[in-house]
Amino acid sequence: MDQVSWLKRRKPGIKDAKRREMPDGLWRKCEGCGEIIYHKELERNLWTCNKCGYHFRISADQYRDILTDQGSFVELLTALESKDPLGFVDSKSYAERISDAKKKTGRRSAVMTGSARVDGHLAMFAILDFRFLGGSMGSVMGEKIARLTRMAIEERIPLVTLSSSGGARMQEGILSLMQMAKTSAMLAKLHEERLPHIAIQVHPTTGGVTASFASLGDVIVAEPGALIGFAGPRVIQQTIKQDLPDGFQRSEFLLKHGMIDMIVHRKELKSALAKLLDFFSDDNRDSAEDALGQARRQGL
Amino acid sequence: MAGWLEFEKPLLELESRIDELRSFADGQNIDVAKELSRLEVKAEDLRRQIYGKLTRWQVTQIARHPRRPYTFDYLRMLGIDFVELHGDRRFGDDGALIGGLGFFGGRKVVIIGHQKGRDTKENILRNFGSAHPEGYRKALRLMRMAAKFGRPIISFVDTPGAWPGIGAEERGQAEAIARNLHEMSRLPVPIVVVIIGEGGSGGALGIGVGDRVLMLEYSVYSVITPEGCASILFRDAARAAEAAEAMKITARDLQEFAVIDEIIPEPGGGAHRDPERTARHLGEAIERHLTELEELSPAELVRGRLERFMSMGEYKEG
Ligand SMILES: [Zn+2]
Repeated sequence: MDQVSWLKRRKPGIKDAKRREMPDGLWRKCEGCGEIIYHKELERNLWTCNKCGYHFRISADQYRDILTDQGSFVELLTALESKDPLGFVDSKSYAERISDAKKKTGRRSAVMTGSARVDGHLAMFAILDFRFLGGSMGSVMGEKIARLTRMAIEERIPLVTLSSSGGARMQEGILSLMQMAKTSAMLAKLHEERLPHIAIQVHPTTGGVTASFASLGDVIVAEPGALIGFAGPRVIQQTIKQDLPDGFQRSEFLLKHGMIDMIVHRKELKSALAKLLDFFSDDNRDSAEDALGQARRQGL
Repeated sequence: MAGWLEFEKPLLELESRIDELRSFADGQNIDVAKELSRLEVKAEDLRRQIYGKLTRWQVTQIARHPRRPYTFDYLRMLGIDFVELHGDRRFGDDGALIGGLGFFGGRKVVIIGHQKGRDTKENILRNFGSAHPEGYRKALRLMRMAAKFGRPIISFVDTPGAWPGIGAEERGQAEAIARNLHEMSRLPVPIVVVIIGEGGSGGALGIGVGDRVLMLEYSVYSVITPEGCASILFRDAARAAEAAEAMKITARDLQEFAVIDEIIPEPGGGAHRDPERTARHLGEAIERHLTELEELSPAELVRGRLERFMSMGEYKEG
């Protein structure tokens, strides 16, 4: 939630006097424990609560800054944009939703793709942005991830995906479902080429994204407390008409049931990723040319 | 008239009147014969009227028709000598997703498919055709067996979706589907997929990655059920008909998007009006595609399958 919507939604009862001490943008309330946190402190803690460990939802750009070496990220495949293949209209037209999302996020799609270094290790990155139509996967996301994976194969460097998504993008109908097959098929080729895919899942990762590339990591890492699943909890509850167990579909639940390898606090995420990339790295390849230069020459 | 759709009823009433009249007439009475032919013309008109301009929601209802043939029905009608194999060797056996070995004409094939039930007892076993992870994992086990022994795979898709339940989530429904997409894309044997009824989202795609994807004329295939889409985007599950229109989910729609290769014709009114004829068309199409695919080397198959899915999607660039 951004600052403005938090202010709109703040619970009554915070005294006016106190509110005056919290000018716009300086404070945020923890959605986990209710603690009021100074913005600077929150930023220092990478948007996690020091008191309860709650992980605030952040943008793709923020994850890029947290995970990759400063200045090393080179965005690729930026020219791809959504079409409206179905001419889809519900309460709003899909075309309008896309243009709203672009304005809101400053991005052209729900995934940022590029190459970057993590403590010196080169990797291809696909970072989903939940703010862009709930990080939903349509043709653009599917194509970008598949092409990025192909580039990883061509350049023989690892792939890192960071997912946060409500699932397939309904407004593109069957074409969005097919992106699950597309991304998974290209990942299967990556797998055959014996290149690593590290999949990071953050809150929330559900539906078609979980049922495709996000679950196909050689190693799957999740942030604490993230909702991760196939079906959303509301759908499950409506279907089975039972209460759901405590902590259902949270990272800790998935770890217990053997579905993810580890839960890593956001502050430790970069070092954990660097260690994994180090383990899988081919020592002979480290001297290889930077992927970007090659990718550019190939006009990708 | 239980088990029939509302829009089918006028036609069914007329047809039963024709049947009655026919059994009553002795073939001598000229007036009855006249009346019969008049009613038959009327029935033909009505048939054209009803089935000539079905809405996408009506097609959905035919795809879900309680009398529609299911996977086991087709195996029987196609004369396939079928040896069912059970279990995923990990957790259990899923009645909603069946599989086994088939002798089909001169071919030995591995068959997988969703299976729905016709009554309460069957539906408990079949879970309405909604599979758990163990169903997808059983299917994968059998498909790997097919690859090991070089047998083609035929997959029958007919599901409202993968089961959304506690156990399904605990055992990794998402991973089970993702794994199948991943593995199916690289299997070195021909895979022919047929959507015979409902192609419900990831639950359908989980056994739906193939070299050829065919659809029966009145089946549907969608990213989410019309009800699901309606409740999320239209804020009202009752607006499913609108959602079905908006999502474009019929065989003809999917052929236009180049997601499927062929539409297998059904008799007017749907497969349930003449199951044998439907099965004949289905069998011919499957054999024809298998014959074509058998000409390809494993490497060509796998390359073609990757290209097939890479080509799907519409976007702007630049
Ligand atoms: Zn807190």
